[in-house]
Formats: sequence, C-alpha cells, structure tokens
Amino acid sequence: MPYALFLGCTAPIRARNYEISTRLVAKRLGIDLVDVDGFSCCGFPIQAMDDETARLMAARNIMLAEENNLDIVTLCSACTAMLTEVSKQLREQEAYRKEVNKKLESLGRRAKGVATVKHVVRMLYEDIGPARIEKSLTRDLSGLKIASHYGCHYLKPSEVYEGFDNPEDPKTLDEMIGATRAQCLYYEERLQCCGGAVVGIDERLALSMAREKLGHAKEAKADAIVLMCPFCGIMYDANQRKIESNFELELGVPVLYYPQLLGLGLGFTPDQLGFKMNSVKTEALKEKIGSLPPVQAEEPAVKG
Amino acid sequence: MENEKTDQDYTLVNELNQDFKYDVSKQPGGENIKYCFACGTCTASCPVRAIDAKYNPRKIIRMCLLGMKERVLASDFIWLCSNCYTCQERCPQDVGITEVMNVLKNMAVREGHLNPTILRQVRQIASKGRLFDVDEFDNARRKKMGLPPLKDGCEEVRRIFELTGADRYVEE
Repeated sequence: MPYALFLGCTAPIRARNYEISTRLVAKRLGIDLVDVDGFSCCGFPIQAMDDETARLMAARNIMLAEENNLDIVTLCSACTAMLTEVSKQLREQEAYRKEVNKKLESLGRRAKGVATVKHVVRMLYEDIGPARIEKSLTRDLSGLKIASHYGCHYLKPSEVYEGFDNPEDPKTLDEMIGATRAQCLYYEERLQCCGGAVVGIDERLALSMAREKLGHAKEAKADAIVLMCPFCGIMYDANQRKIESNFELELGVPVLYYPQLLGLGLGFTPDQLGFKMNSVKTEALKEKIGSLPPVQAEEPAVKG
Repeated sequence: MENEKTDQDYTLVNELNQDFKYDVSKQPGGENIKYCFACGTCTASCPVRAIDAKYNPRKIIRMCLLGMKERVLASDFIWLCSNCYTCQERCPQDVGITEVMNVLKNMAVREGHLNPTILRQVRQIASKGRLFDVDEFDNARRKKMGLPPLKDGCEEVRRIFELTGADRYVEE
C-alpha cells in the first residue's frame, strides 16, 4: 500500500539518518513511500500562537495527500499528533470540514475528510507486524540491549489515536524492538518526555529533563536508546555532549532511530543507515554489531 | 525593612477578573476548566514541574479560576509546558490541561505577550513554510545521499496567516 511520506521540518534537515533509514527499510519491506509536492510545516509549532492557523496548516497538508489519493505516514511524533487530530476532525465533523473548506477556498483546495495519518512505527506495526519482521531478519541482534523511548505524541493525546496502544503502559515499540531479537529493557522513567518542546524557551530546563532519561538508560546498561521522533533525537543525541559538559558527567549513550535498528536486522550496513550522522559515537555499538551472527535458517520442527 | 512585602506579593481581590474562567471556557480546548477540583494529579505527573517548581499546572488552573488574568497571561511560566499530555491523560475531571495551557498561550498572544522564541519560530514558518531554512548546501547533501530536494518557501502558508489574521503577530 502506498503512503504519502510527510517528512516535517526537522527530520529532513537535522535527522537525515532517520529519513534515509526509513526509506531503506520501507522499500525492503515492500512499502511505497511517495514524496508529495508542496507539504509545509504540519502546524504544531504555530499552535502556541494561534490554534486556528495551526489547524488550517495541518488541514492544507491533509488536502494535498487527498489530492494524491494517499494516506499519510509521518516521521515526527509532533506532526503525527497534529495531523491525526485534524484529519479526525475533518473526517468526523462535517460542520468543521465545511468551515475549513470555506476558509481555504481561495487556495483552490478542498478537504474530503478521507485521509488517515500514521506514524511510521505504527504503520510498520500494523501493516507488516512483528512476526513478519522477524521472518525478514538476516542479522541476529539478540546481543543488543535497547532502551525504548516512546516520547509523547506517538500515543498522546490518546483520544485522537482511538485505542492504539496504551500511553500509560505502551508495548508497540517494545514489540517492534523485540521483533529484531534485540533485548528491550524495562528501565526507570522510560515514558518520560525529552523536553524538546521547551528547549528554545528554557534550555537548562529542557537539558535537565533529557539528562534524567539518559542517566537511567546508562544505569540500565543500554547499548542504545531507540526512539522515533527527530526532536527526541535532537535532545538525546545532538545535545548529549552539551548535557555532559553542562552537568559535568559522562554519558556516551548511543541513540538510534527505530528504522536504523530495524535496518541492521534486515542486513543493511551502519553506513547505509546513516550512522555517520549520529552525534554520539556508535563505534562500540558497530563493533558489537559486526560480531553478531547472521540469522540461521529455521530447522523444520519435524524431520523427514 | 528589607523584606517588607508590597501589594505585588499578594492577590488583591479588586484585581481579580471574575469573567476570566468563562472567557477561557469559551475557547476550543478550554471548555472544562471549571471542573477542576484541584486534586494535583497534573502537578504530580508533570515532568517540567519535577525539574522546576516555577511551572505548576494545578496552580495555573487555580489562578485562572480565581480570575488572576493579568498574572497568568503576562507570566513566563505558561510557556514552559512541554506539551507531553501526561496531565491531560490522567486528569480525573477531564480538564484537558494541555489544551487549556494552549488556550492561555493564545489568549496571552492576543493581549500582546507572545514569547520571543515562539515569535521567531512563527516568523520563520510564516515566511518559509518550515521551521528550518533549506539552503543549497542542505539540498546538495541530500542529493549526495540520494534524497529528493526540499523546497524553501510556501506561499499558501503565508496566505493562511492572512486569512486568519495571524499575520498581524509576525509583522516586523
């Protein structure tokens, strides 16, 4: 099934390792991600200033996907929540849809209220599923210990996600990590927010939030944190050195986007998956990966 | 006396605006503010509050219900919500706290208190359609990696700002 790939603002500029690994694994798994001309910012950063403007921006992006007869797949969790919420409004509230269509008439665009929105991890979970992913593995990652980071907007506000996973005790990312045979750790404050939304407003506060989580992942002896939002990536990966120097501590916790981990399991090399763009050194991790065995073909349960 | 308190340190009844909570509840997302019974689940769950006591969602809602309009809308603290939705998920009274914080920010903007960081972001998005500039260097790097080029600028986003009147906040 084809999807419109909604890159958002942050991933294509500051997390190209996320984008490139997503495109690679999607292609390998037979998912067609289409680049739609004209997508803008989802609207989320505008919401603090003016909710109506933010929602109209989201609506316009949804209209573009609909013009191409495509549902949307997102990389950024903030885009996911913003677009999911507005797509649900356009689908379920006829009065709202009419109001939006009237407002954006002069742009020559119209919402039909049909397009749906999914985060790429949810799409992989629902369309491919952990069982099929495990069957596609060519590299056995069972030697890796991974701290999962769900972030906030992948599952919240829960009312817009209509029962997908449980934000108080989520499992989908853990299952998807488990599908690569890596060990998913249960660690302290695993559901904590990265602080990314306030980094521009109060940097020390945001870095303190990120520092807590990195400390817990280190205590749990994680080989890497695995996450799925470019803003969480900025906080834990790009800002990790700053956190180390501001708070005078040593962390050195590698940070991978989920498609990078999945890509390793599918046999791609770290170079192909954009590891060069990771800020925190991944040398030890790569060494460990290099020594991991290929997946053995399953022996038939009954011989003869 | 050095530590003598002034009027600034107290809540003065004649400065309270009794209509404020009704104004908040008329905004989309603010409808349930009056249901708050101050249990404090929001504050206990808040990852920002865990680091910095300056941000306290229960206190902010309480201030709104009391009518402390100016102190809330002109404050620094309403901008510290990290938008994680944990309070909103756990609130037993469905106050919709994250959405209420957003309503307060929007009201603050209309009163002329737009946070300077948000203003910078909004100006960037209004003029370029995206949060980060795309220069030739970015697209050259993307091309080298086999990624499609990004476009800088989006006239339709600018038009949306004009249609809602939000363009008045971004004028230099």
